[in-house]
Formats: sequence, structure tokens, C-alpha cells
Amino acid sequence: MTPAPLRPAAALVLALALTAGAAFDAAASDRDRLPFDMPAAYVPECGSCHAPFPPGLLPRESWTRLMAGLDRHYGSDASIDATLRRDIETWLLRHAGRSRKVSNAPPAEDRITRSAWFEREHRRVEPATWRLPSVQNAVNCAACHEGADRGDFDDDHLRQPEGVSRAEWRAWRR
Amino acid sequence: MTSAPPRRTTTRTLLRTSAVASIFAFATAAFAPPAAAADTSPAQQLERFARAAGGAADAGRGREFFTRTHGGKWSCASCHGNPPLADGKHAGTGKRIDALAPAANPRAFTDTARVDKWFKRNCNDVLKRECTPAEKADVLAWLAALPR
Repeated sequence: MTPAPLRPAAALVLALALTAGAAFDAAASDRDRLPFDMPAAYVPECGSCHAPFPPGLLPRESWTRLMAGLDRHYGSDASIDATLRRDIETWLLRHAGRSRKVSNAPPAEDRITRSAWFEREHRRVEPATWRLPSVQNAVNCAACHEGADRGDFDDDHLRQPEGVSRAEWRAWRR
Repeated sequence: MTSAPPRRTTTRTLLRTSAVASIFAFATAAFAPPAAAADTSPAQQLERFARAAGGAADAGRGREFFTRTHGGKWSCASCHGNPPLADGKHAGTGKRIDALAPAANPRAFTDTARVDKWFKRNCNDVLKRECTPAEKADVLAWLAALPR
């Protein structure tokens, strides 16, 4: 079958769709978002020591393990009230990552920063940049992602941490 | 499967599906009511711990307790700063932490459940045990007396 040429009406619809897409670029993907049915306790309970991570960034298996071991959470006691824990876990599992790239295999130590997709999407970050005083750690999302506290990791909302060269900063936004 | 284009289009462009839901997500995150409702004050918390300890709190002892390590890697000041009159920074993750001293943060020690939750978590991180009421009273006496 040969493709039919676009008729004006179809072209208009397509143009509108693309424009709408551009307008919502900030909305990014589901994976990068805090779904709207988020328990009110999620940000205060799980977003005080690190950014409130969108559930889609880890597979179910990882969230289940993490929520079962909050009293020994990467060297910290992150234990929370049992009822809140259940509500939060239910929500995390409901929205856990299902795409092939997230759910293929849980990342090492269930760390988002050890995911293959994370490493690939941050491939233009120089190794030394992660250790800058203004960054300190790969888990410090807000050092570069200015919307991290709202679950916004869109590339259009980046900031240049102190110590990052202009060349590297340009490379990030290429 | 086609290989990913070299630019940042990748998944986020392909998966840009539910713009409306995302807006809700924004709104929910931005306008969610604070989980902590003020039900107490630093003075009441100080009194509560001092009463449980059965003795007067000592701000000097509190400062000493707050700023030294207790056999582990971290002190309270590792994350909260010394004195904790400005925003702190999580020693592990680098995330900004609201200032702890009431003079610098009117929300500090105004919610009993939050006070208990954070003393439990953070004492475990610093001392590998819960803090005693006397230790909490001392620290609070010092924090509450810090000038703006």
C-alpha cells in the first residue's frame, strides 16, 4: 500500500497534535512523574532526605524490597508509620515501572542511579561532576533537575550547578 | 525496535501520553496540604521531654551532644549544620534540609508526630539507638535558645 498524501485537514490535525505535544513537553513521560493519586504522606515521608522519586523509575520488585527494609535504608533509618507505609507501597506498586527498560531487571541495590537507562541518559555528565560540592552525589537530583522536588525531571528544566563548565552544560542540552 | 536517536527525544517524547494527568500531578504536588499540622510548640516539646527525663534540661550539654559524633560517622550537625540556623544539607544525599532551629524555621518542632518520627530516625542514624528524653530535652533547650 502506498501512503496517501496528507490532506489539508489531516495536516492541520497533525500540526495541532504536534503543537500540543510541544506545549506539554514539560509534562514529559509517565515514568518521570508523580501520579496524581499520590498519598499526601509521600513527599514528607519519602522526599525529605532525597527527591520524591516517581514510582515509574523502579520496577515492582525493587519497591517491594525497599519498602520492606525502611529501617535499614541505605545506611539510614527511614522507618515510617505502618498505615502510611502500606498506603505508600500500594501507590508505588500501582505505578511501578512496567516499560521494558525499567522492569527488565531491578538495578543493583535497587538504586535508581544504577539503572541502565539512568546511566545512558546521564552519559554526558562528566565523572568528576558527580562529586562536585554543588552536586555531591548522583542521588541529589535537585542539584541539576530544578523540578525534582515536584517529580519533574524534564530536560528543559535543568540548572547548571556551580563548577560545571559551559561546555559540559551545553552538551547536556544538546 | 529502532535504535534510540542521539538526541534527548528518546522515551519521553514517545511516552508523552497523558498530559492531563500530568497537570493533575503538578497540581497535587504543588498544592498538597502540609502533612504536618501545628499541634505543639518548641517550648511544649522541651517541657514534655524534660518532664519525662525528670530533670532540668541543659543547653550546654545539648550543644555538646548535637555537635559531636557518637561512635558513628555522623553527628546531628553533619546534616543540620552548626549552629543549625540556616538550611542544612543531607550528609548522604546532598539534599537541602530546612533549618532546624526555631529562630530560623517557625515550623520546627510544631508537630508532635514529626518530632517523634525524626528523633527516632535520626538518633538511630547518629547513635544507633533511640535518644533518651534527657538528651532530647538538652538538645531542644539549646536549639530553642539559639538567637536569630
